[in-house]
Amino acid sequence: MSALSQMGAVTGMNLRSIPRRLGSSSVIVIGIAGVVGVIVAVFGMTRSLSQALVDTGRPDRAIVLRSGAQNETSSTLLVDAFATIKNAPGVARTSAGDAAGSAEMLASVNLIRREDGAQAAVGVRGVEPTSATIRPEVKLIDGRMFRPGLREMIVGRGAQHEFKNLEIGDHVGLRDSVWTIVGIFESGGDANESRLFADAQTLMSAYKRTAANSVTVLLESEASFDEFKTALTTNPTLSVSVERERDYYQRQSEDANTFFDLVTTFVGIIMALGALFGALNTMYSAVSARTVEIATLRAIGFGASGVVSSVLVEALLLSFTGAVVGAAIAWLLFNGNTIGIGNNVGTLVFQMRITPALLGSSVLLACIVGLLGGLLPALRAARMPVATALRATA
Amino acid sequence: MKYLPLIWAGLWRKRVRTVLTMLSVAVAFVLFGVMHGVTAGIDQIINQMSDSRLRIQSRVNITEALPIAHLGRIENVPGVLGVGYYNFVGAYYQEPRNQISAGAMDMSRQTALFPEIKVPDGALDAMARTRDGALIGADLAKERGWKVGDRIPLRSSIWMRKDGAQDWTFEILGIYSWADGRVPSNEFWINYQYFDEERTFGNGTVTIYFARINDPAHSAQIAEQIDGLFANSANETQTQNERDWLRGRIAQIGNMAFFVNAIIGAVMFTLLFLTGNTMMQSVRERIPELAVLKTYGFSSSAVVLLVLGEALLLCGVAAGIGLGLARLAQPSIFRAIGAGGLALPWSVIGTGLGVAAVVAIISALPPAWRTQRISIVDALAGR
Repeated sequence: MSALSQMGAVTGMNLRSIPRRLGSSSVIVIGIAGVVGVIVAVFGMTRSLSQALVDTGRPDRAIVLRSGAQNETSSTLLVDAFATIKNAPGVARTSAGDAAGSAEMLASVNLIRREDGAQAAVGVRGVEPTSATIRPEVKLIDGRMFRPGLREMIVGRGAQHEFKNLEIGDHVGLRDSVWTIVGIFESGGDANESRLFADAQTLMSAYKRTAANSVTVLLESEASFDEFKTALTTNPTLSVSVERERDYYQRQSEDANTFFDLVTTFVGIIMALGALFGALNTMYSAVSARTVEIATLRAIGFGASGVVSSVLVEALLLSFTGAVVGAAIAWLLFNGNTIGIGNNVGTLVFQMRITPALLGSSVLLACIVGLLGGLLPALRAARMPVATALRATA
Repeated sequence: MKYLPLIWAGLWRKRVRTVLTMLSVAVAFVLFGVMHGVTAGIDQIINQMSDSRLRIQSRVNITEALPIAHLGRIENVPGVLGVGYYNFVGAYYQEPRNQISAGAMDMSRQTALFPEIKVPDGALDAMARTRDGALIGADLAKERGWKVGDRIPLRSSIWMRKDGAQDWTFEILGIYSWADGRVPSNEFWINYQYFDEERTFGNGTVTIYFARINDPAHSAQIAEQIDGLFANSANETQTQNERDWLRGRIAQIGNMAFFVNAIIGAVMFTLLFLTGNTMMQSVRERIPELAVLKTYGFSSSAVVLLVLGEALLLCGVAAGIGLGLARLAQPSIFRAIGAGGLALPWSVIGTGLGVAAVVAIISALPPAWRTQRISIVDALAGR
């Protein structure tokens, strides 16, 4: 008998005996299922959060902030700078021939969450009419656009889903003024969909502000970024920083995720360790339950490789089954759930997306854990002295 | 107690299995300890917050400033003993990534309101004399290596100076610290009057007011009275005592408790299954030994108790190790999220040991019960 067919025979025989050891085999399946389920859920949440932020930015848009500002909230740009920024080289034109730039103001308003009735902040973005050209992904799905000069707003679908009293016709109290919701928009589940949009001029006058937070421009092409950036940063009358919008949101997502990454990595490592100990335990007891059987096989001439592979394949198969079960449960429970995570200037509402890549890598991790868990018991099985093992009673 | 050596010996009958089971239980309780430790720690911080100090901010959002003119009107509300204010100044040192949390305030009002702030003698007088003086937190001083007498240029992406200069330069006049060490002392405090005169916009406004009141039991009524003063004005306020404010602030992050409980639930279920199986296997293998014990005259219930005791010991020791590790890790976790060092509360350790006992009993009860039905003759014959 060749080594290969020996391995096949022993492994097949072993797998057929699993039903008789169902209790201890299911420890691996359930242990791995629990680990994979939790890992998929936790990583699914943080990945979806990043994705929602990263999706907000496009490589052919640039965002201009006051130099030194880390984000829009901590940036002030005075009115005098607007025209210089918008008319800089590299900026695209709207169909009407205007520079495709929008000087925007960001405000926050506290509203009541639907889920628990708690107060949380929602971002309000004041945009110029050119925003329609700059952000084609923003599409009205109900109602109409706000009219400049009137205290009207449109609400993102995410914000509307998370907060009470944001239906068309509802009123929102901002500083010293009451605004009416006139439309609902979606923008592909990105960060803007968790905000309210209003006319920048009207919003700034209601807040009696003479400064904006940022200017967002649409570039003629992705390649015009350098030209645009150089023009602004070498202009001595300006003190601004210029970033590709995609890079800006990438950075925001990294900032948001440092804490969550710490938590998920910690939880992931701890759970993988726990699963490893569980798998080791199960496979050791599987080997000890098969002591006589293995010794008999060795006595009639089967090699060590067959025994080792039978244990490894069993561990792999059981952990693979567990991983699939865990991933399926997590997918059923969490995929498509809407989650809102916020701080005191805004809430990001995003859909939890459990991607095939995430499922694949967690199943892979589970298989590695299973293999590691099977390795030591397999070696022990192969090294068992035949004569003693044959007399074993257990 | 005299059976402890017997239980102990039973536990170590299969050394590898016991060690592995202990390790997986310990790992699960590290997770339990850390996750519950964080939520319990946050609760602890909330409960230690004062309910005799009120925070008065804009009703719209914390980012909306309030006029300094509110000060006198808040002071006149009956029950209010003292009022202070704070203006948030987002700043950085040299590079934008060196963010400095700076605040402009009236220093003598602030220290009167917060007796837990420790300021060296004379520093308050020095601040009153020096317009561009600053008090910095002990943690910040240590982190940056700054000391009294240093002149530190800060920049801000929000606030511009009237004279057009980029730098706001301050002279450090003293180092402050929070008495209990639970609040990190990492801010850069400057004189409000100087800051307000120098900035180009937002003049005459503050981010937030603090008020000390005579009776915590009346905090709700006093808060209502303060908000009533400014109702329907351009600058409506929202007043809460510090404890309620922090509770709301944490609720804003999202439903964290749900995630913590879901994860712990999944871990505990897995754990229960694992230990349960180990226990059953262990009992099954030792039926002849248990029969020997019965032959010696151990009653059925004594044998049940022995098996239960073994499970309790295994889970208890393992949970103790796991919770101990969690307790060691806890202060650094809290420092990492910026809340000062906080020890894992004993209540979490107690709950953890309780959960361990429940896990042990649930998993050991079915096999222990089965030992009652052992027929000595059959068991000894290995049937």
